[in-house]
Amino acid sequence: MADFFQQVVSGLASGGVYGALALAIVLIHRATGVINFAQGEMATFSTYIAWTLTTNHGFSYWPAFAVTLLVSFVGGVGIHQAVIRPVERGPQIRVVIITIGLLLLINGLMTWIWSGEVRSVPSPFPTRTIDVGGVAISVQDIGTIAVCLVSVAVLWAFFQFTKVGLALRAAAVNPAEARLVGVRVPWMLGLGWGLAAVLGAIAGMLTAPSVFLDPNMMQAVLIYAFAAAVLGGIDSPVGAVVGGLMLGVGLNLLGVYVGFVGSDLRLPAALLVILVVLLVRPAGLFGKPQVKKV
Amino acid sequence: MSRATLRTLLLFAVLAVTAFALPAFLSDFRAQQFAYVAIYLVALIGLNILTGYTRQISLGHGAFMAIGGYTTAILMADHGVKDIVTIPLAIIVAGAAGVLFGLPAARLSGLYLALATFAIAVATPAVIKKFEGFTGGGSGINLFGTPELTASLTPVKIIGFDVNFNNWLYYLSWTVALIGYVIAWLILRGRTGRAFRAVRDSETAAVSSGISLTRTKVLAFGISAAYAGAAGALFAIATTFVNPDTFPVALSIFLLVGVVVSGLGSLTGLIVGAVFIQFMPLWAQSVSKSPGAPAVVYGVILILLILALPGGASGLISRVLQLTRRGQNFPKP
Amino acid sequence: MSALLELRDVEARYGPVQALRGVSIEVPEGSVVAVLGANGAGKTTTLRAVSGTVRRSGEILLAGKPLRGGPEAVAKAGIAHVPEGRGTFTALSVVENLRLGAYTRRDRSVKADIERMADYFPWISDRGAQTAGTLSGGEQQMLALARALMGRPRLLLLDEPSLGLAPLIVREIFRIVRELNEKEGLTVLVVEQDARIALNASATAYVLEVGKVAVSGSSAELRDHEAVRRSYLGY
Repeated sequence: MADFFQQVVSGLASGGVYGALALAIVLIHRATGVINFAQGEMATFSTYIAWTLTTNHGFSYWPAFAVTLLVSFVGGVGIHQAVIRPVERGPQIRVVIITIGLLLLINGLMTWIWSGEVRSVPSPFPTRTIDVGGVAISVQDIGTIAVCLVSVAVLWAFFQFTKVGLALRAAAVNPAEARLVGVRVPWMLGLGWGLAAVLGAIAGMLTAPSVFLDPNMMQAVLIYAFAAAVLGGIDSPVGAVVGGLMLGVGLNLLGVYVGFVGSDLRLPAALLVILVVLLVRPAGLFGKPQVKKV
Repeated sequence: MSRATLRTLLLFAVLAVTAFALPAFLSDFRAQQFAYVAIYLVALIGLNILTGYTRQISLGHGAFMAIGGYTTAILMADHGVKDIVTIPLAIIVAGAAGVLFGLPAARLSGLYLALATFAIAVATPAVIKKFEGFTGGGSGINLFGTPELTASLTPVKIIGFDVNFNNWLYYLSWTVALIGYVIAWLILRGRTGRAFRAVRDSETAAVSSGISLTRTKVLAFGISAAYAGAAGALFAIATTFVNPDTFPVALSIFLLVGVVVSGLGSLTGLIVGAVFIQFMPLWAQSVSKSPGAPAVVYGVILILLILALPGGASGLISRVLQLTRRGQNFPKP
Repeated sequence: MSALLELRDVEARYGPVQALRGVSIEVPEGSVVAVLGANGAGKTTTLRAVSGTVRRSGEILLAGKPLRGGPEAVAKAGIAHVPEGRGTFTALSVVENLRLGAYTRRDRSVKADIERMADYFPWISDRGAQTAGTLSGGEQQMLALARALMGRPRLLLLDEPSLGLAPLIVREIFRIVRELNEKEGLTVLVVEQDARIALNASATAYVLEVGKVAVSGSSAELRDHEAVRRSYLGY
């Protein structure tokens, strides 16, 4: 039983990370109708920035974290304005290829700048465990869950209560009408990309301590994030987070209690989730079913 | 015979002659590289039908190549089937897989299909590794030196000439590519091709004309998978070895890139696309030796191409042709 | 009364199609001006030309100064455009729609203004949290109007407010427009297919035909002029 709870908690921690990255994907999809295949690489790049700040420039963890978020934000806005804006209105395949191009470009850039060497990244949270009702829970897991929840809450507050957040939501659903009330839509969409990059950076920095940092660190996480976003509903921010948590816990339990799946088939299991959801209920758990009858 | 058909036949003839004459002028190493161009061309012809004609985006066609490649490898290594004979079998197996996947895939649109196929590409190596009794798991299947592999140990005799492995591979691949080109052309000219184009231009209109959307899309998937299977079989023969890393995610990505670079919907640009896939990484590597630089160059070129050339290589070709023909509009083959 | 808005020889096209072929319109400050005409005459395009939603040539002056730029700049200049089909943010709530209307404002009385809207649209105070998409057509039109007013505009562009609405509701909407004009001095340029109700609500009217002004004059005269009514307004 203790084992079960441990798996659930660590599942929530990894699920929180999936949810954060999934939220980034949903954010971009809602704002610009694009699925950003480079989201994982962007997150890894941000993590490298944090790493280099702490290792080579003497920053301590949380200041490096903050600076990384800022840099990631600017990077996200920049990428949108430079390469996404010209193609976001056209055929979807062009945008897909652009994000794929970004995937290759950013991945290569990381290998070029920092080499493919695997690096260890210290965690801001102590690696000990605490005793909760006889069960040993990792402090790192709790810390991860906390950071994810806080980030999501801050983002939610931004969208619900601020003028800019409202403008972004408006720009995402009705860009033409948003312009009529004076909203600078292209910049709002850029803002969406910036915020998504921040979420990705958070996901990356939370992942690195457990899996070690290398250019391909987030590739699997990206698939899990896709699965979470699809499960929750690709346009639903709530869905992304809930989907992530469900997926994290589900995959953990599946891996432990179904021997066949183990850790080998974790990725294919996520793939199965994607396929099944898209076929059975494409809108996901929280999305609104779209009627497209032919 | 219409002007467009005549032009296509001419182009084809030129291509065929060039393909068969080329090895005489090439080193052994180059011959192998151009053999790979043919292999990618086969896969691209199929993917082009899927993406260019029925607008279904697949980021997972490397998986169908893997199916073809592993079919060939297993048949050769475990069942003593001659390499050429495995090719049609690989086509059938991969094609069947394509139809099977096409059935649910037909219900997914655009980005969601891209997402699902991307996940397939990422998950395929793990699945291959898991079923190791069948696939040889992580260590893969070695074909080098097996008697079923033509010309691997001793040169084969073709029309009295001694042909070594690389040249044999070259001729085999280009023969398959040219046959595949002709078959695709015939398919696209006929009723099926018209149905594909109807679906591409307007799904609503196609359905109201009585075309079964699902059947058309599934058929396109099956055909494209069959082509990928053929390419995979050739790939296995060419590399003489298959393991889960022979068909990585990058392959699926590069295939789609090749189709987009070639310009969707036109057979002539596909050769440009195949050349791009084969030679771009090499050229990128020559720009800078540091690891990671090739990927950077590749990514940059890709982005610039999409931003600058919406029609891809075919678009560029037809625009140039329009200029040289003084404004006459030629239909694409 | 000086002209708040002036269009001088404005041309506009959608690709190869020329929608406006030199339209000149004057909207005096504090008045209601109607733009009438058949489908495709260029009425909506006229409003789009003003709000910068479509590319145009020719001069457009706001209070004597040239009006330039896209919709964002035009909104900042104090022009509120209620587009065809109302343009409500259907996924957002009623209150959020209103807040968006005040987007370009930097003052602090936005909240007070939302409450003021209840004077003209009493049902708004009860339904603030309701999703705008679930409102009836008439309510959405009124919400769109309220949203436009939230920006405290100098000029209101109203595009086919009667579209898809029952006559009773249309009358109510035009009554509100007239009240806004009389009480708050709001200048209104309204485009309408329903010539009768538009002429009743406006002081001057322009009738467009294939992108040009065919007839213009005081609404009262146009209303009584039978030949004009028959050939241009269909009744």
